Amino acid sequence: MRRLLDDSAHLIRPAVVLLAAMAIFLAVRSAIIPKAFGQYGHYRPGALALVRSHPIAFGGQDTCVMCHDQQAAARAAGRHAHVACEACHGPLAQHADDPTAYVPKLPDVADLCRRCHEKDAAKPASFPQVATAEHSGGVPCKSCHQPHNPHL
Amino acid sequence: MDISRRDIFKVGGKLLVLASVGATLEQITGAEPASDAYRMADHWWGMIVDIDKCIGCGNCVRACSQENKVPQGYFRTWVERYQVEEGKPPHVESPQGAIDGFPPLTRTDLKSFFVPKLCNHCVDSPCVQVCPVGATFVSPDGVVLVDQNYCLGCRYCVQACPYGCRYLHPETQTVDKCTLCYHRITKGLTTACCESCPTGARLLVDFKNPKDPVHEILRTHKVQVLKPYMATGAKVYYENLDGEVR
Repeated sequence: MRRLLDDSAHLIRPAVVLLAAMAIFLAVRSAIIPKAFGQYGHYRPGALALVRSHPIAFGGQDTCVMCHDQQAAARAAGRHAHVACEACHGPLAQHADDPTAYVPKLPDVADLCRRCHEKDAAKPASFPQVATAEHSGGVPCKSCHQPHNPHL
Repeated sequence: MDISRRDIFKVGGKLLVLASVGATLEQITGAEPASDAYRMADHWWGMIVDIDKCIGCGNCVRACSQENKVPQGYFRTWVERYQVEEGKPPHVESPQGAIDGFPPLTRTDLKSFFVPKLCNHCVDSPCVQVCPVGATFVSPDGVVLVDQNYCLGCRYCVQACPYGCRYLHPETQTVDKCTLCYHRITKGLTTACCESCPTGARLLVDFKNPKDPVHEILRTHKVQVLKPYMATGAKVYYENLDGEVR
């Protein structure tokens, strides 16, 4: 028996090293892979929280009308009733969080109106659109139309 | 080379340190989603896009960029303008993803329309199937997301997406894509693109909400998904979709 062990020593030693390496590999692997991995599928559930932690830029229509009821009423009565405030005014969650710390600038009407209402053959025919150069000849839209209730 | 017992202990000690670093890593990466009122099992998100309402203003593209800090020149959503002439392949354009809209089109002798595009949040998504490290997945509420901590940046999913909705973020070197504003919809808000769409061409829908208008729309309107032959289980439905749209 003893002789057999002595003769196979050159096999036992690498076998021990191999087993030790495998044990270390498994230990490190179980330490690195999060325990919850695979809870919902082949991914890390913590990733959901990571994606959710992204900051919000658009405060949402409901937030705007909490303070700006006058503008909201004018808008609700006109053709822009279904256009959200931030569609024209831009992302303003920061302003909603602290109205004094972040005061938004008024949008540039020359550019703003044209983006939606410039005549384009690809636009649905029922959508109100004008070739601005012919329609106003460079006069700003705002001199005739009120953006919150644009009907003349 | 002789290996003394001392050497073995030295190596063993280093391995121990490595293992404990791994354990700390687990504490960082294994964080559970915060428990709050939002229950993932109660939702199944998708979108309905009405092509006949889209005016190609590019509001959605701008809003998406601002909300999600999309790097310049990359797009999570974009708008295409199709010009279809009989007997010819369609002419499709999307200048800078239509972030500043389109130059006016005056030709009235052909069929033309706008098509907003975004991740289709497929149920059987090819991008998820090819990810070698489990970095991209369909969340329990039906949104295809990327784990920025796990993504290797191998771009396999970028190639796999039949809709071209993924890109490699130039700074993080990980894959980035539309999250369907997961950080908003899980807090009761709509997506940035839907919020800023002036004509209501885009509508965020929740298939698991029995009161959601999606059920009425799917029951009464003619809808189609993009590339249905790919069998990806796309959840972005298009109303009034032309057969030329790819």
